[in-house]
Amino acid sequence: MRRLTFWLILGTAIALIGLWAGCGGGGNSNEILIGEYSAMTGTTATFGQSTHRGLMMAVDECNAAGGVLGKKIRLLTEDTQSKPEEAATAVTKLITRDGVKAVIGEVSSSRSLAAAPICQANGIPMVSNASTNPEVTKKGDYIFRVCYIDPFQGEVMARFAYNTLGIRKAAILKDIKNDYSIGLAQYFEETFVKLGGQVVATQAYSEGDIDFKAQLTALKSAEPEAVIVPGYYTEAALIVKQARELNMTIPFIGGDGWDSAKLVEIGGQAMNNTFFSTAYTADDPDSIVQNFVTKYTSRYNEKPDAFAALGYDAGLILFDAVRRAGSTDGPALRDALKTTRDVRGVTGSITIDADRNARKPIVIIAVVDGKMTYKETIQP
Amino acid sequence: MKQHRSKVYLLLALVAAGILSKFETSISPYYFQIIIYIGINVILASSLNLINGFAGQFSLGHAGFMALGAYTSAVITSSLHLTPGSAASYPMFAAALIAGGLVASIFGLLVGIPSLRLKGDYLAITTLGLGEIIRVIIQSLDFLGAARGFTGIAKLADFFWVYAVVAVVIFTIANLVRSTYGKGFLAVRDDEIAAEAVGVDATRYKIVAFITGAFFAGIAGGLYAHFVTYINPSQFGFLRSFEIIVMVVVGGMGNIAGVILAAAVLTILPEALRAVAQYRMVLYAFLLIVIMISRPQGLFGAKLDWGRLWRWIGRRPSPPAEGKA
Repeated sequence: MRRLTFWLILGTAIALIGLWAGCGGGGNSNEILIGEYSAMTGTTATFGQSTHRGLMMAVDECNAAGGVLGKKIRLLTEDTQSKPEEAATAVTKLITRDGVKAVIGEVSSSRSLAAAPICQANGIPMVSNASTNPEVTKKGDYIFRVCYIDPFQGEVMARFAYNTLGIRKAAILKDIKNDYSIGLAQYFEETFVKLGGQVVATQAYSEGDIDFKAQLTALKSAEPEAVIVPGYYTEAALIVKQARELNMTIPFIGGDGWDSAKLVEIGGQAMNNTFFSTAYTADDPDSIVQNFVTKYTSRYNEKPDAFAALGYDAGLILFDAVRRAGSTDGPALRDALKTTRDVRGVTGSITIDADRNARKPIVIIAVVDGKMTYKETIQP
Repeated sequence: MKQHRSKVYLLLALVAAGILSKFETSISPYYFQIIIYIGINVILASSLNLINGFAGQFSLGHAGFMALGAYTSAVITSSLHLTPGSAASYPMFAAALIAGGLVASIFGLLVGIPSLRLKGDYLAITTLGLGEIIRVIIQSLDFLGAARGFTGIAKLADFFWVYAVVAVVIFTIANLVRSTYGKGFLAVRDDEIAAEAVGVDATRYKIVAFITGAFFAGIAGGLYAHFVTYINPSQFGFLRSFEIIVMVVVGGMGNIAGVILAAAVLTILPEALRAVAQYRMVLYAFLLIVIMISRPQGLFGAKLDWGRLWRWIGRRPSPPAEGKA
């Protein structure tokens, strides 16, 4: 019996390895292979799933309209398990074994940073959908992004807090483990202080923490008028919930890491009087946005979040560049991506600047009565 | 005599690694990357095997030692601005790797002395804590890139470096545990009290195991850093330690050949399972469970050597699949 099991395992292993070594490669001449590496599983899986769905919509729409250069787009997706080393492996596989012409991904800056040097070394353009850390596109001239960068987002958050909410004394509660959170906190503080505000206290937590009362109590004693929580939605929702239990009724402000339906699912009514900046909102009356929302909702049975929109736009600017380049050659595609001007995407009009970052408007969302509602749009 | 023969093997392995590394550009970079990962995982699993398998200590902090080696060597090569291919890069890279290994083993010693007086579960928890402490400290040091990670490491590790270290690790550990001195590891593992009673200094043996294991884990970390060229503290979390432990357990605690094969198989498996997309880690875990139920002593048991494995698999002269790895 044991021997039988052993042979079964061995057989499966051989079959799998054979399958793995044998398949892949190629694509035919009527297809353009595009690679996507995305966090389909792991800690940031909801982001990865959303960007993937958005991108799938862009691909299908493009193919339905006849594809680009007379060819169909074929998307190959690899999971990164939300781990940087997996991102490096996945991208190496996509480029060297599958022969993709361009790579799209990733949400997390640390994973994009692991993958970017590989794309650069192979001369394959990479379009990041949601990595906001400035370092990512500094990895080389083949690396682009469709989202805004942390300095801009931090600046907008500070301007919003200072001008719109009239905050003068702010406190920061950041995720010490997360480069995104640290960066955003830093850029917020820089602008906020420049505007004349004051950061009265800074506390830290780590992704995965569930009790924040100690940090919140310390922040409360500094008497801030608002707390900035530049982290992800899970912790942010718990933080706000526990703050309300401590009778902190002041506004809480976050970045696009908050943008998930889970935020109000976890936080509920406690989330009232919180604000966050993001790339897009489904409430935007713009016809392109509404068209996207309708199609996405009917396909996936849920409202698209900002990551879905960014995933869609990443596909959009890439296909636009392929069309303008007239080829899928690495250098030609790179040059076309560099000259992307005013492409009307779901997240606004996208222009790629000299640093290969996107310049585009930013949206502020307010939670009112347990629901996310559109507050205002801030232009670059 | 046996000692002498194994030295010849080591020399042959080093030469083979040198020759084979000339062909590394002729293989697809994706497969090449996996071959390198196999080598690094063999080093990690073999060095942990010394601690967990031979000395019988349950360490959960191997990723921490790996992180120390990775960051130390990365800081050294980055500050020297080594470029791959230049003549100076080879000795300096070797020195950086050894420095990384030494830092890791110093940590192994520092924490080892007090914590090795603990046994079983308590030791496991202590080493787990150590690994996390190392990671969190790195995460908060800005000159190491903190949570952003350390970027721009020169790609110095190639086939030769990785597999030369693999050869040295296997040579060292095999000779260590087969020597008269090394019997002490097994004595400590099998019955610590009895070993002490006959004059085996158990604590000393445990510390030697920890220092040696940590040293090679540090070198593996250095190789990893200089192959991936980007390191991030999140790569060295306790899940990484668990992955290495799984390799040791699946290969058979204290079985050198088994652990090498397990490291290779378990590195290839997640890649081979890419076909099933997001279900692959479920399938991977499921296969681990099946292996543990059908072979609780590890795929190759504690004592099975190549010859016995051959006979056990059957009379048919078909090579085992893992041999392909």
